[in-house]
Amino acid sequence: MAQLFRRRANALARLALIALPLFVAGTAVTLFAFARSGFWTRVDSPIEQPVPFSHQHHVGGLGIDCRYCHTGVEQSSFAGLPPTETCMTCHSQVWKDAPVLRPVRDSWQTGAPLKWTRVHDLPDYVYFNHSIHVAKGVGCATCHGQVNEMPLTWKTKQLSMRWCLDCHRAPAKFLRPADTIVDMNYHAPRNQLALGQRLLRENHVNTAGLEDCYTCHR
Amino acid sequence: MSPLTEFPLGAAEWPEEVSRRHFLKLMGASLALASTGACTRNPPEHIVPYVKQPEEIVPGKPLFFASALALGGYARGILVETHEGRPTKIEGNPQHPASLGATDVFMQAELLTLYDPERSQAVMNRGQPSTWDAVVGELAVAAQLWKTNGGAGLRLLTRNETSPTLLDQISRFLAKYPAAKWHQFDPLGLAPAALYHFEKAELILSLGADFVSLGPASIRYARDFARSRRPGEKMSRLYVAESTPTLTGTMADHRIRLRPAELEQFVRDLIAGGGPSKFAPAIARDLRAHAERCVVVADEFASAALQTSARQLNESLGNVGATVDYPIALATSARDLRELVAEINVGKVETLLILGGNPVYDAPADCGLVELLPKIRRTIHLGLYHDETGAACRWHVPEAHTLESWSDARALDGTITVTQPMIDPLFGGHSRHELLSALLEDSPTNGYEIVRGFWQQRLPVANFEKVWRKALHDGLAEFQVVTPNRAPALPPPVSLPDAPPAAPDSLHLFIRPSRQLLDGRYANNAWLQEFPEPLTKIVWDNAAMISAATAQRFHLGEGAVVNLKFRGRSLRAPVWILPGQADDCVTVHLGFGRTRAGSVGDGVGFNASALRTSDAFWGGPGLEIEKTGDTHPFVTTQHHWDMHEREQVRVGTLAQFQQSPQEIARPEEPPPREDETLYPNVPYRQHKWGMSIDLNACIGCGTCTIACQAENNIPVVGKEQVALNREMHWIRIDRYYDRADELTNPRTYHQPVPCMHCETAPCELVCPVAATVHSSEGLNQMVYNRCIGTRYCSNNCPYKVRRFNFLEWDANQFEVPITRKLMRNPNVSVRTRGVMEKCTYCVQRINAVKIETEKADRAIRDGEIIPACAQACPAEAIVFGDLNDAGSAAAKLRRSPLNYGLLAELNTRPRTTYLARVRNPNPELEDLTT
Repeated sequence: MAQLFRRRANALARLALIALPLFVAGTAVTLFAFARSGFWTRVDSPIEQPVPFSHQHHVGGLGIDCRYCHTGVEQSSFAGLPPTETCMTCHSQVWKDAPVLRPVRDSWQTGAPLKWTRVHDLPDYVYFNHSIHVAKGVGCATCHGQVNEMPLTWKTKQLSMRWCLDCHRAPAKFLRPADTIVDMNYHAPRNQLALGQRLLRENHVNTAGLEDCYTCHR
Repeated sequence: MSPLTEFPLGAAEWPEEVSRRHFLKLMGASLALASTGACTRNPPEHIVPYVKQPEEIVPGKPLFFASALALGGYARGILVETHEGRPTKIEGNPQHPASLGATDVFMQAELLTLYDPERSQAVMNRGQPSTWDAVVGELAVAAQLWKTNGGAGLRLLTRNETSPTLLDQISRFLAKYPAAKWHQFDPLGLAPAALYHFEKAELILSLGADFVSLGPASIRYARDFARSRRPGEKMSRLYVAESTPTLTGTMADHRIRLRPAELEQFVRDLIAGGGPSKFAPAIARDLRAHAERCVVVADEFASAALQTSARQLNESLGNVGATVDYPIALATSARDLRELVAEINVGKVETLLILGGNPVYDAPADCGLVELLPKIRRTIHLGLYHDETGAACRWHVPEAHTLESWSDARALDGTITVTQPMIDPLFGGHSRHELLSALLEDSPTNGYEIVRGFWQQRLPVANFEKVWRKALHDGLAEFQVVTPNRAPALPPPVSLPDAPPAAPDSLHLFIRPSRQLLDGRYANNAWLQEFPEPLTKIVWDNAAMISAATAQRFHLGEGAVVNLKFRGRSLRAPVWILPGQADDCVTVHLGFGRTRAGSVGDGVGFNASALRTSDAFWGGPGLEIEKTGDTHPFVTTQHHWDMHEREQVRVGTLAQFQQSPQEIARPEEPPPREDETLYPNVPYRQHKWGMSIDLNACIGCGTCTIACQAENNIPVVGKEQVALNREMHWIRIDRYYDRADELTNPRTYHQPVPCMHCETAPCELVCPVAATVHSSEGLNQMVYNRCIGTRYCSNNCPYKVRRFNFLEWDANQFEVPITRKLMRNPNVSVRTRGVMEKCTYCVQRINAVKIETEKADRAIRDGEIIPACAQACPAEAIVFGDLNDAGSAAAKLRRSPLNYGLLAELNTRPRTTYLARVRNPNPELEDLTT
């Protein structure tokens, strides 16, 4: 009976032995990298909202302070989204007939709240607190990017745990003085490390506990 | 007694039959599905802001509102934590005299009842859904007739009520319809005749009274009692003479086990100052030596004669006015249930309004309400559940929960609290005031205006708004306080009858409220069903408690089902052998055996009120037992009571404490030296959290267990899973018996056991994925998202405090009713299947305080961080704090000579430590036993 396989098949079989695991591992790595990619986690991609709210216009153009709308940011874990009432303080006077603002007017008239889509969505097992970050010298733009240049809002960071830890392990690289927290155009000075070290001391940041699991997870 | 099984069967098996092959198939499929599942993108989430944000609300920050919960009609003040309008936790109101900032198990569990999706949701008319307007319309039509005949045939049935607004409405109702009558029935019948001041007492004699764990003032009493028991300061002595074990009895320096007839003889001897009893002369001497500084407390459920005797003793010892007050009882014009039953029987009742309560289930069996109610032309039941009574009535109206409605209530000492709603009625209920207002054809008709209107009329002051707001804010109104006065005169002494000649086979029956379900109103509350009964550790069941000798006499083993025959009625019940129970006595607990409680409470246990009669409300002599041959499987959370000479609980006497306090807590085998460890020595520079649990204060009530369950989103697992040792409580209370006669009258010790947060934690180094690691402050952290469920940590934990989610208990978002999601503490993860969990020292509370103090740039004050267990504890047994702060309460207690670590010889260096228990026995009686 003739040989079913030629001699070359041995080499192919050996090659397959090496290639198959490589292929499986390669696929896994690729998929993993893809799942973490900015494309898949929607970094830099604008999120559609019921009303095309523009931070570029309100913050960049009109110069409204972050805290005018995000009122909880200094007190609470949640920075807060403005109630319809806040929108209507101006929009009952300006752009009061604009078609894009119809959902806001409807909400005001019917009492049905607006339903915004989250741009920065942390996993449910992360207990992030805005107020303590703001109090210790983390600027808004450090995490949220320069929203004053965003016509629709998107996230500029992936919000992965590694990204959080980059700062929690070396906060001095990122802290800024208290009066510049909401400054969208702030640029870190050359002596950032020295400034950061000083702010760490002045703000009494307990760096020992920053890497504890229970700091963010519980 | 259950056998001493250290490793109960089935602890590691699946509840269903799963073969190895099937298991591998499932694993393979799960892996494949998990990897495809990982490919999905995070679904978009939404933020829904307010349209108009209410003042004071900052999303993400809780608000606290003062209110009150009633027990037997008497208010206990609470503070309710709400998150964006959702009540998520109940704490005691520190300013309220009946709660002093603590709670009991029932107050903690009230939260689950509020969100119970099986509460009644619609007005029912003859079993068909109807509307509130239809009820009001029906009442309006009937009122035309009542106006002509003065309300003949109109009857009102309520529970014990102290609400001034409600009492005013009722008196106006009785004035409007003079022929109508008001009846009152309360299955608990709690109408305490006296106010005690245990903080002033140096000697306490309890005649079967369970003052520390049951009653409208029990929280206050537990605290006062615990404070009077601190060794080092003046320590009081407690004698307890009782027939059926109580939690108060477990705290006694001398517990005397007596049959009811012997107890009466004992009291007679005490009054006489001596007698043949071996205890009475010494105790009588001790009482006289502490005249005006002692208290005699009689069981409220015992005979009137016994209570009068206790009062006589208090009078003769000069305690009245010093340590006991007999307040003047509030006059009530209510008639009792028996009169109502008699009138229904002769057809004199046309309309019956039942305002709250479930009399068909909990009224004495001889009333026969279930047959009588359908005879009445118009019956209207207002209740939280469409229960046994709701089903027997023509109309059923869903009642708004206390946390959903406006009302007011009086505490035992007269303090008034206006109770305010935390949330709109979840299921569209109405309050008692609203129904009565409809009956009176009053306006206003909504609860707020009724209650506010009543007080405005009562207090015609110019600044009423200010007074009202302050009352709401503080949770207690300085409207009107009835000060406890010295009672005008002692009622004529009822001499204790001579003991009747005991029938040879006759037993004594005790009917008592359950320490889990009270009178059955909490039957559909799974937290309380799964709450281990403090003395027996039974869950999801009640039992007929008997002594070992009685069991032997009738040849009964544990779980043997017997027929209890009592005055012509009979009931099947499984027996439980309870150490400390007097011989020939059987104790049964109310609250079980419900038929229309809901899916949680139906068919659990037996209904003890089937043996209850109007003339034997709390039991009596004349019980017979008949063995059936069947057995009932009980499930308990603790399977043995012996300490196996490991000295988990260390005990000494006051004399020892005064001579050489170190000796009491000194272990046989001392813990290794600081440097004798393979673990790195961590300095803990910032904070060093620690907890101290005082075994001398702990009364074993279990409030910490339920408080923890509410705070930390802990699931319930059900009876069959508890049978596999899968209960999830993060803090349990171990109960140990000690002494040679441990089957008859043991000393009972309670030991709460949360995670010890060992500095050299055995769990941490066996975790293959570092899911449990140490924090810089010494917390033993459990990271749910790293956990892969090997359970090595639990196997290596010497304290067995780690809990594993064997099944998807609670997190399944597709099956959990929406109301239960609303109840969750938003600051604690809800755990999924396959994840280990355990006590975190309430790290969410630690973090919240740390964040607030860091923002304010100040140090954390001692006592600012209070874990849920410590906050709820009525006896202040649990103290938490920073051990690095030498002045903190926790650090001070750690330096106490009584401080010791549980199993510290294993070199775990626990952060949770205990204070040894100190007894204060009477030297004359020390060697006597009963």
